[in-house]
Amino acid sequence: MTDITMSKSMLPGGDVGGDVGGDTAASEPRGRPGRLPMAQLRTYGLLFALAVITVFFEVATGGVLFQPLNLTNLILQNSYVVVMALGMLLVIVAGHIDLSIGSVVGFVGALAALLMVRFGFDPLSASLLCLAVGAVIGGLQGYFVAYLAIPSFIVTLSGMMVFRGLTQVLLQGTSIGPFPEVFQLLAKGFLSNFAGPATSLLIALVFVASLVGLNWRRRQAQVRTGEAAQSLASFIGRNGVTAVLILAFAWQMSAYRGLPNVLLVLLALVMLYGFVTTRTTIGRRIYALGGNIKAARLSGIKTERLTFLTFANMGALAGLAGMIFVARLNTANSKAGVGLELDVIAACFIGGASAAGGIGKVSGVVIGAFIIGIMNNGMSILGIGVDWQQVIKGVVLLAAVCLDVHNKNNRL
Amino acid sequence: MQPVLEMRGISKTFPGVKALDDVNLTVEPAEILALVGENGAGKSTLMKVLSGVYPHGSYAGCITYEGRPGQFRNISDSERLGIVIIHQELALVPYLSIAENIFLGNEPARFGIIDRGRVSARARELMAMVGLDESPDTLVTHLGVGKQQLVEIAKALSKEVKLLILDEPTASLSETDSEALLQLLLRFKAQGIASILISHKLNEIAKVADRITVLRDGTTVETLDCRSGAVDEDRIIRAMVGRTLENRYPVRTPRIGDLLMEVCGWTVHHPLHGDRAVVRDVSLTLRRGEIVGIAGLMGAGRTELAMSLFGRSYGQGVRGTVRIDGAEVDVSTIDRAIAAGIAYVTEDRKQLGLVLGEDIARNTTLANLPGISTATVIDEEAEQRVAGGYRTKMRIRSFGVTQQTVNLSGGNQQKVVLSKWLFTQPKVLILDEPTRGIDVGAKYEIYSIINELADDGRGVLMISSEMPELLGLCDRIYVMNEGRFVAEFSRAEASQEAIMRAIMRSKGLNG
Repeated sequence: MTDITMSKSMLPGGDVGGDVGGDTAASEPRGRPGRLPMAQLRTYGLLFALAVITVFFEVATGGVLFQPLNLTNLILQNSYVVVMALGMLLVIVAGHIDLSIGSVVGFVGALAALLMVRFGFDPLSASLLCLAVGAVIGGLQGYFVAYLAIPSFIVTLSGMMVFRGLTQVLLQGTSIGPFPEVFQLLAKGFLSNFAGPATSLLIALVFVASLVGLNWRRRQAQVRTGEAAQSLASFIGRNGVTAVLILAFAWQMSAYRGLPNVLLVLLALVMLYGFVTTRTTIGRRIYALGGNIKAARLSGIKTERLTFLTFANMGALAGLAGMIFVARLNTANSKAGVGLELDVIAACFIGGASAAGGIGKVSGVVIGAFIIGIMNNGMSILGIGVDWQQVIKGVVLLAAVCLDVHNKNNRL
Repeated sequence: MQPVLEMRGISKTFPGVKALDDVNLTVEPAEILALVGENGAGKSTLMKVLSGVYPHGSYAGCITYEGRPGQFRNISDSERLGIVIIHQELALVPYLSIAENIFLGNEPARFGIIDRGRVSARARELMAMVGLDESPDTLVTHLGVGKQQLVEIAKALSKEVKLLILDEPTASLSETDSEALLQLLLRFKAQGIASILISHKLNEIAKVADRITVLRDGTTVETLDCRSGAVDEDRIIRAMVGRTLENRYPVRTPRIGDLLMEVCGWTVHHPLHGDRAVVRDVSLTLRRGEIVGIAGLMGAGRTELAMSLFGRSYGQGVRGTVRIDGAEVDVSTIDRAIAAGIAYVTEDRKQLGLVLGEDIARNTTLANLPGISTATVIDEEAEQRVAGGYRTKMRIRSFGVTQQTVNLSGGNQQKVVLSKWLFTQPKVLILDEPTRGIDVGAKYEIYSIINELADDGRGVLMISSEMPELLGLCDRIYVMNEGRFVAEFSRAEASQEAIMRAIMRSKGLNG
């Protein structure tokens, strides 16, 4: 690099300081190392909200919320919301929305019932087929959105109607069930306690150890590159709290029947999507696409194909959720999944995803889903009617997004 | 006779820039005043001061309109007194009819209910005045640009216009449409309406203008009177560009190597109007280590040329061949163009160059993610290292590579965009207005970076509307006008006068 020297006399107006001075003003003081970056503050804010809501319902329900049986139910009831919220996160980050997923849940659930109960498919091939059908449905809608440039709101609104209708066509007004035992295990099964009653705790320990280990490695890497790493105390504090919470959770679960299969599916998916969104090129490109589609396209990113893929992925996850849904109820009916898209979308927005695209994290969305889930569960235990439940959820959603917008305005 | 308009000592300052400095302008009754100057000379700013876009009090100096002080707080203040401005980008609503557009915001109505009969009758009247032969119910979107311009003028007439301001009215018109428009101005003049005509087309100005006021660098240079006899075009051009070059450009000894890129017969059509050629049969060459400039006025087709070369990111019906290092390359999509070794640094870094919500590191690696990942998994350590390297090399001022790009100054944002493209290891860099909106100190740094890129053996194709910048940096300059390359100058031959002359002389070649 040639040495760039500037003297005031050389530059008309002598305004050399302009750029330098502008930078001091531009660099945000709160973004400096040593202070909490805004993004982290937001995750903490969310966790705080989850904690407040949890404690509130734990007290209000007189301790019912955390009883092993209810805790297990909480996981099972919310599993499909979490599964679909992962897909919805990508759709929302890409700058779109998918309203059809509630209907896709119903449709794939009905299809699973037909295949296994009526036509005697074995559970494995039926499940694979259902996943594929979900992906095709999502891909079909994604095709209209990505390649024909039809607004996703409209495409998936039609999808919502079409697949609700097709669900009724498949079921012909009847309910189909029961499902084969093996298939029911997807939603109702528990991990066998191969190591005695403490199995859950053991698994949790292994999980915690690997989690802390991974975090440690990342911190080491940050220290090496000289990037802003968190202090040792904060590292120990954060990982300690996480570890205690996970172990306490496992302890409670082991008091009922242990860890449900669904929980393992959830964990695997959450880790997978967490990895994809933060560490892979495709994840990175989806964020860039949602952040500025024109800049992304001019950087050589195939924006159409990427949009198409996010919808196909959403469809596959909706298919999986549909199977978990019917496996849990052990019957497929035409009302399955009605309104589910709203809970999923609410979970994403509560979890900090931006409706404008480009922003959102897996951790946030999972927390958002649990905020919705605990509210649903807690209010039901308290005997609050569905009418008021809707009102309260609506207010919480609006409040969360207001807070988000407020934060963002302060940041820019 | 008392002048219609007198603007005295107008100065307008934006943060860090003095856009207008003691500008004086007078319009006599029933005259056509031409306002000329280079891009950025302050013409549009002056008209915004006049029309109230910049309200009274936000500028220094005084405006006297029809003998009274004009203190306009907004556009409707000036419109009420009969000052109407028609911008280059037409402000029509495409899916409303001609009549609805003419009376938009000014509908003949009673208690909020539009009087359709009066709308239609009055619209016909106004349309007849401007010579627009269409049904008033035709949607504006179905009209050509020329006729849309007439709708704008009819709209102005509906407001009892006394002073009509036209900002580059013929820039997108064909020769016949332009001629009709000029005749219309002359008719208005006969009816006592004064006009200010902003235009780059000196031949048109010579036809209709009574006087010519020349702006340069935010000041009035002089006012030429054409009524006593035609004014020499060279005289106007000299007044427009008469600034002396200062030592604002780093010194470089060019080391020009072999032929790197060759474009032949490049033709591009407008993305919506497929029959309109925006770039016409352009051929160019670029050598290693060479900085080649493309000069031209706004709308000459320079950005369109650059973007169509870069993976056809603009236009349709693209024809022509691109050779790099002697072999023909496929530039039909953006990723293929990148793979072929072409990088395009956009003129609009906020809209097209950066993902503003993301940090420096993520923006730096965006166009070459495979460069920091194995089997699609991103190595964040490598990413930080790469971004940090460019941050040091480019002297990006930030607290680190995790700073959001939205918080950077214009110069530093541009350096991030440059880093992004350098990381794709391009052979050819196309820089589109690389110093737009960047202050003087940072410009020097960008110039130094451009020089280094060339010295590394890359070819740099640079588009700029600032002619001194082209003259200060480029080894060779192509002049583009109306979609064609109309001249080519070596560094020694190039001068502002020569370039301007080439542009002006080529006007209207396409008919």
